[in-house]
Amino acid sequence: MKEETAIHVKNLTKKFGAFTAVNTISFKVKKGEIFGFLGANGAGKTTAMKMLIGISTPTSGEATVAGFNVNTQPESIKKNIGYMSQKFALYDDLTVKENITFFGGIYGLTRKQIKDKRSQLVEELGLQKIVNELVSSLPLGWKQKIAFSVALLHNPKIVFLDEPTGGVDPITRRQFWEMIYKTANQGTTVFVTTHYMDEAEYCDSVSIMVNGKIEALDTPKKLKEQFKASTMNDVFLKLARG
Amino acid sequence: MKTILFIIQKEFKQIFRNKGMLPIIFVLPILQLVILSNAATFEIKNIKFSYVDNNKTSFSRALIQKFDASTYFNVLTDFPSTKLATAAMLNGEVDVILEIPENFEQNLVKNQLTDLSLIINAIDGAAAGVENVYINQIIKDFNKNAQANLKQHSVQINKPVYINSIPSFWYNKTLNYKTFMVPGILVLLVTMITLFLSGMNIVREKEIGTLEQINVTPIKKHQFIIGKLFPFWIIGFGLLTIGLIIAKLLFNVPIVGSILLLYLFTSIYLLVILGIGFFISNFTDTQQQAMFISWFFTVIFILMSGLFTPIESMPIWAQYITEFNPIKYFVEVMRMVMLKGSNFTDILPQFTKTLAYAIIMNGLAVWSYKKTN
Repeated sequence: MKEETAIHVKNLTKKFGAFTAVNTISFKVKKGEIFGFLGANGAGKTTAMKMLIGISTPTSGEATVAGFNVNTQPESIKKNIGYMSQKFALYDDLTVKENITFFGGIYGLTRKQIKDKRSQLVEELGLQKIVNELVSSLPLGWKQKIAFSVALLHNPKIVFLDEPTGGVDPITRRQFWEMIYKTANQGTTVFVTTHYMDEAEYCDSVSIMVNGKIEALDTPKKLKEQFKASTMNDVFLKLARG
Repeated sequence: MKTILFIIQKEFKQIFRNKGMLPIIFVLPILQLVILSNAATFEIKNIKFSYVDNNKTSFSRALIQKFDASTYFNVLTDFPSTKLATAAMLNGEVDVILEIPENFEQNLVKNQLTDLSLIINAIDGAAAGVENVYINQIIKDFNKNAQANLKQHSVQINKPVYINSIPSFWYNKTLNYKTFMVPGILVLLVTMITLFLSGMNIVREKEIGTLEQINVTPIKKHQFIIGKLFPFWIIGFGLLTIGLIIAKLLFNVPIVGSILLLYLFTSIYLLVILGIGFFISNFTDTQQQAMFISWFFTVIFILMSGLFTPIESMPIWAQYITEFNPIKYFVEVMRMVMLKGSNFTDILPQFTKTLAYAIIMNGLAVWSYKKTN
């Protein structure tokens, strides 16, 4: 069965006491597309994403991720998604190889599958020299590329990236986006949050969140036309400044 | 099962890779056992004894001689007046002042009642009580001998009749306090290390963000908890083993009962402690918080465990509280099995309660660990 919609969000809301972090947002993400989830710091991006990956229960509203309901089937969602957090979550005191083994293991891969995956990654990313190094000794750019690969170990249908390129140099960012493209081309849906507006240009569709609400949602090209702006940066500034 | 093995493998790698942590896990507890077992003594020794001899006769000197001969007393000073002696006590130079009255010898010889004045520093009430008993013992002995001597000189040869009790000390024949303390302190170190390590370990993953990464995987709650706690369960056994070896080799503490039984009980007990550690970590966000709460409970548990003070002397309400103290049961079982050679039937009450505790704590730990908030 071919599912056209990877993520379907309807009136999703998250409140912390009196504060509404995410305010009745709705959108759809098509299968295989790169969906840019944009917003200023504190706009509610991470909170919304946490609901979609099943580690935060919505206050109200519905969402379906990879065909499973976030309210009732969060554990089924987790089998079908990969996640790379803003906070960078490989184990610093384990080597690259040990991290791959561990995360492969808890996603239920066999030792044989892990070994094959590892060889493949070493080949693709050129990790030969660093595969037995502790993660703590690697530069940030490497860490993030490896974290992304680890999030894809179990061939998820959707991968969620929370500000994956924060703090890395432009060359590494470029390489990272090449990896994202490659992943999307292989049929994986990519849901990425960022506040680098130039990155938004690379996305198939973009939503812009302001104060917990989605204020704009379309392809980058159409958004620029709609807001009569030449870059996504201008679109964002027009929205954020109200 | 396979998933659990992956977690255990990772945990052991992390524990043994942490060069700062290993000595803390294995060296500090040994130091603790050696130092505390030697230092935490209830024996009152080296009592700073002083006296004011207003009599200055062979009788009074003989009495002083008795104190001098005792190993419990350091006969410190002969003060010319009570005033000087009390000043010395105020300065902390003496613990005990014995004042011998002027007509001490005369009264004794005339077979009259005579009083000795005794002042004891009782800031530590328990120690003062023990000192009082020691002193009275010596004075009684002296009196007995003196009376006997005096009576030999007189015409009556009626031998005085005394009732003597001859105690027989079971389970710790020489009244060696180390035999009493070592099993207890062993409990302490097994408890502290496993509780702190397990609690801090999980909170640390919260702090560095890897727990969130774990929570977005399809891992089952029980897989994660078992995988996380198993390494510390093993470390607990390692500590017990090292501790027992030291107890035997260094302190020559008798191990009368079954070692297997000790390990069996420890295996259940460790589950209680690890469950508590995990439970605490579910309600704390930082290692400081986890450390503080663990410390708070450890201190209460230790002080109310019967390790240092007998539970029987606590007020009734406090005795009820000790029913919920897992350390109490472990201390009891350790002492029972090691010193008395108790068997499984003897420790069944402790075993059942600890098992129930383990089930409840781990149930709470699984329940309070939430992959989705």
